[in-house]
Amino acid sequence: MTSIELAGYDVVYRRPEALVNTTTHYCPGCTHGLIHRLIAEVIDELGIGDRSILVAPVGCAVFAYNYFNVDGCEAPHGRAPAMATGLKRSQPDKIVFTYQGDGDLAAIGTNEIIHAAGRGENLTVIFVNNATYGMTGGQMAPTTLSGQVTTSSPYGRDVELVGAPMRVSELISTIPGATYVVRRSVHNVANINKTKAAIKTAFQVQMQGLGLSLVEVLSTCPTNWHMTPANALQWIEDAMIPVFPLGDYRIADAVVPLTKRTRGGQ
Amino acid sequence: MARGTIVVDTNRCKGCELCTTVCPQQVLEMANSYNTRGYRPVLLVDPEGKCTGCTICAVICPDAVLTVYRLPAIAKAQRAPAAMALAA
Repeated sequence: MTSIELAGYDVVYRRPEALVNTTTHYCPGCTHGLIHRLIAEVIDELGIGDRSILVAPVGCAVFAYNYFNVDGCEAPHGRAPAMATGLKRSQPDKIVFTYQGDGDLAAIGTNEIIHAAGRGENLTVIFVNNATYGMTGGQMAPTTLSGQVTTSSPYGRDVELVGAPMRVSELISTIPGATYVVRRSVHNVANINKTKAAIKTAFQVQMQGLGLSLVEVLSTCPTNWHMTPANALQWIEDAMIPVFPLGDYRIADAVVPLTKRTRGGQ
Repeated sequence: MARGTIVVDTNRCKGCELCTTVCPQQVLEMANSYNTRGYRPVLLVDPEGKCTGCTICAVICPDAVLTVYRLPAIAKAQRAPAAMALAA
């Protein structure tokens, strides 16, 4: 919001306007705050702050509506795509986006996201995958890696007992109504820029009315992973990306021109 | 004189140290004092003027506490001395 002017210097980076000038409740080094900032930068760049509506999830990001300078609404657990459907259908000129974690979207809300994609709802979904239930204390999530120790899998995730981690982007990419489905990560600066470009494309897909766009972002949970923030970023690269490969899972023909325009983190 | 500089919103910094791991010039350090939230905030320690204002620290900051400044490309003689403003 406000930044100090230094005589003789140009400001080359300042906090985006779409981010409320407040401190988040996230733990030190948690990349939720980083992904919030990327979304806010995209909203500023596209100039859609006055007509965007955020649908917040249940999970660590439950207070996300306190952190964005846009209209917001809190959905019951997992029901963000259903609530966003109602908002978008009743106000088609608004830009409606959901921000959901893996406990919200990949567990209790699997039904909602699959059928929102099936109906081809014109929404943007930011799906934050940190392989654990962060808010409730680090229990096993559908996205928890094989062998990963959590508070509810103290001997590591046993795939014989509870199955293998769920790959949401691959799953949603099989649905024709989802026209832009990509997986990105925030474990280093280059990938942060790619994530921002993907978020921008996802919003542009909605602005052009092309269908459901989903950006899965691999994120950290330093507290529940019991790591330093820097080690947590390294763990994304070493452990998560082999299981959740980064890439473009579905880019419908109509969306291809948008991805070319935003290539290179612009 | 450094080509770039940063201002840290000291009381918002949670001391996660991610910016110190990516700074190409290695001019960021954690303070020995604590902010109002009980974290040790990041400081720019740049006596040799190595900061280029590349914005990489701001790109990785999860709490958007960094503002990055860069000198416009003008002749050295014309450069105004940078005001050493205090962090907000």
